[in-house]
Amino acid sequence: MRKRSIIPILYIAFLMTPIYFLVSMSFKTTNEILAGFSLFPETFTLNSYRAIFTDPTWYWGYINSIIYVTLNTILSVAVALPAAYAFSRYRFLGDRQLFFWLLTNRMAPAAVFALPFFQLYSSVQLFDTHIAVALAHTLFNVPLAVWILEGFMRGIPKELDETAYVDGYSFPRFFMKIFLPNIKAGVGVAAFFCFMFSWVEMLLAKTLTAVEAKPIAAVMTRTASSAGYELGLLAAAGTLTIIPGAIVIWFVRNYIARGFAMGRV
Amino acid sequence: MRTVNQRGWFFVLPVLILVAFNALMPIMTVVNYSVQETFGNNVFFWQGLDWFEQILRSDRFQAALGRQFLFTAIILAIEVPLGIVIALSMPRKGIWVPVCLVLMALPMLIPWNVVGQMWNIFTLPKVGMLGYFMNDVLGVNYDMTQDPLAAWITVVVMDVWHWTSLVVLLAYAGLVSIPDAYYHAAKIDGASSWSVFRYIQLPKMKTVLTIAILLRFIDSFNIYTEPFTLTGGGPGNSTTLLSIDLVKIALGQFDLGPAAAMSLIYFAITLMVSWLFYTLMTKDDAG
Repeated sequence: MRKRSIIPILYIAFLMTPIYFLVSMSFKTTNEILAGFSLFPETFTLNSYRAIFTDPTWYWGYINSIIYVTLNTILSVAVALPAAYAFSRYRFLGDRQLFFWLLTNRMAPAAVFALPFFQLYSSVQLFDTHIAVALAHTLFNVPLAVWILEGFMRGIPKELDETAYVDGYSFPRFFMKIFLPNIKAGVGVAAFFCFMFSWVEMLLAKTLTAVEAKPIAAVMTRTASSAGYELGLLAAAGTLTIIPGAIVIWFVRNYIARGFAMGRV
Repeated sequence: MRTVNQRGWFFVLPVLILVAFNALMPIMTVVNYSVQETFGNNVFFWQGLDWFEQILRSDRFQAALGRQFLFTAIILAIEVPLGIVIALSMPRKGIWVPVCLVLMALPMLIPWNVVGQMWNIFTLPKVGMLGYFMNDVLGVNYDMTQDPLAAWITVVVMDVWHWTSLVVLLAYAGLVSIPDAYYHAAKIDGASSWSVFRYIQLPKMKTVLTIAILLRFIDSFNIYTEPFTLTGGGPGNSTTLLSIDLVKIALGQFDLGPAAAMSLIYFAITLMVSWLFYTLMTKDDAG
C-alpha cells in the first residue's frame, strides 16, 4: 500500500458514513432510534421493510418511479441517437446554435418549469401519468444524451462509414449492424445517465403526479409529514432507493470515468 | 472532418420536436405571465416590465441571489481542488479501480430528497450520528435548526459529500488518458512531482475540468431539493437559495407575475455564465 492511498480511503469513508447510518437505522425500531444514537442496532428488526413490502401505497411508489424512469431512458436514448450522429458527422445550417440551445435546457432551473409544466401537462390530459413525468424529464436528459453520444461518436473514424457504403450497406443497415455495436459503451453510458438523472429528480416528478403515478420520493415526504416521524420506515424506504442506482452503476463500472467526461477525453 | 450536409436537420428532428414541446411552450407561458397581473378567475391585465423592475429592486431577491452566488462560489472553491487531489491519489490500474469508482459514484445515485432527509436525520442532536458526535462527544453546541452558521456549514458539507465525486471522476478520466510515455519523459528530465502536475497533468485535464466546473456551476446554482429537505430554507431565511425562494413565490403564494419575472431573470443569469464556459470550451476544440 502506497502512502497516498490514504486519501481515497478517507474520502470513501466520509462518503459511506451517512449511508451506513441510514442503513443501520433501517434495521432499528423507531423507539430505539429515538432513544439516542447507537452504532449498531440492538434489536435487529426487519419490520420497516415488511411494512413497505406489504403496503401498496409504499411499493407502488417504487413501481411508478421505475416505470417512468425506464420510459424516459428508452425515449431519450432513442431520439438522441440520430441527432448525435448528425452532430458528429455533418455540418448543417445552425448546427452549433442548435447544439447550444439543446444544452441550455440542461441549464434551466427545474424550479422555473414546475408551474408551466403542471399547466401544460394538465391541458393535454397527461397530468398524473407516467408518460407526463417521462416526457418532462426528457427536458434535461435528451440534451445530456445527445452530448454524451456525440462525444463517443466523434471517437469513431469517419472511414468506418465510408467503407460500409462502399461495401453496399444502406444507411439504416449500416447504423444498426455496424455503427451501433461500435458505440455500445456510449449507449450504455448515455442510458445510465438518463436513468440516474430521472431517478434522482424529484421536484418535477412530484409536481406532475397526484395519485396514480406518484413517485417513491413523493410517498416519502407525505409519510414524513403526516405520520409524525416514522424514522425507521423512512430509513428503510431511503435505503431501498439506493439499490436500483447501485445495480445500474455496476453494469457501466468500466466506463463511468469516461462517461462522466461525456466521452470527451 | 465533418461534411456539409443539410440532411442533418432530418436526423435532429425528433429531438427538436420533443425539446420544443418541453421547453418552448413552458417558457412562453412564463414570458406571458411575466408581463401581466392577475386577480384570479383567469382575468389578466397588461403590466409591462413592472414585475422585472420590482424583482430586481426587491431586497428579498437580492438577498437570495447573494446567498446563491456565495453558495456556488464556496462549492466550486471546495469541490474542484478537492476532487483533483483525490483523483491524483487514486490507483490507475488494478482491481481497486472499479471498486473505488462505484463507491464514489454512489452518493450521486441517491434521489435528492433522500439525500436531504438522510442528512437531516444525520444531524439531529442525540438521534443523528453527526449531531450526537458533535454535541455529546466533542461538546460543541451544534444545532442547525437554531444556528444559521451551522445550517450553512451543513448544507455545504452535504453538497461536498453529494457532488465532489463528479469532479473526481472527470479529473480521473482525464488522468488515465495520459500516455505512460509522458511520465517516462518527465522522469528522465528529472521533473519534480509539482512540474509533472503543472505541465503534464493539468493541461491534459483542462477539457474535463471545464466540463466539471460547468456542470457544478449549473447544478449548484439551480439546487433546490437537497437544501429544501435539509433545512427548509431556515433558520429564518438564512439558507433560502434562489430556487427555494422562487418555489415559495410561485407555488406557495401563487404570485404568478413576479414568480415568472424572477424565473426569467434567474434563467438568464444561469445562461450567461454557462455561455461563457461553452465558448471557452469550444474555442479549445477548434484550436
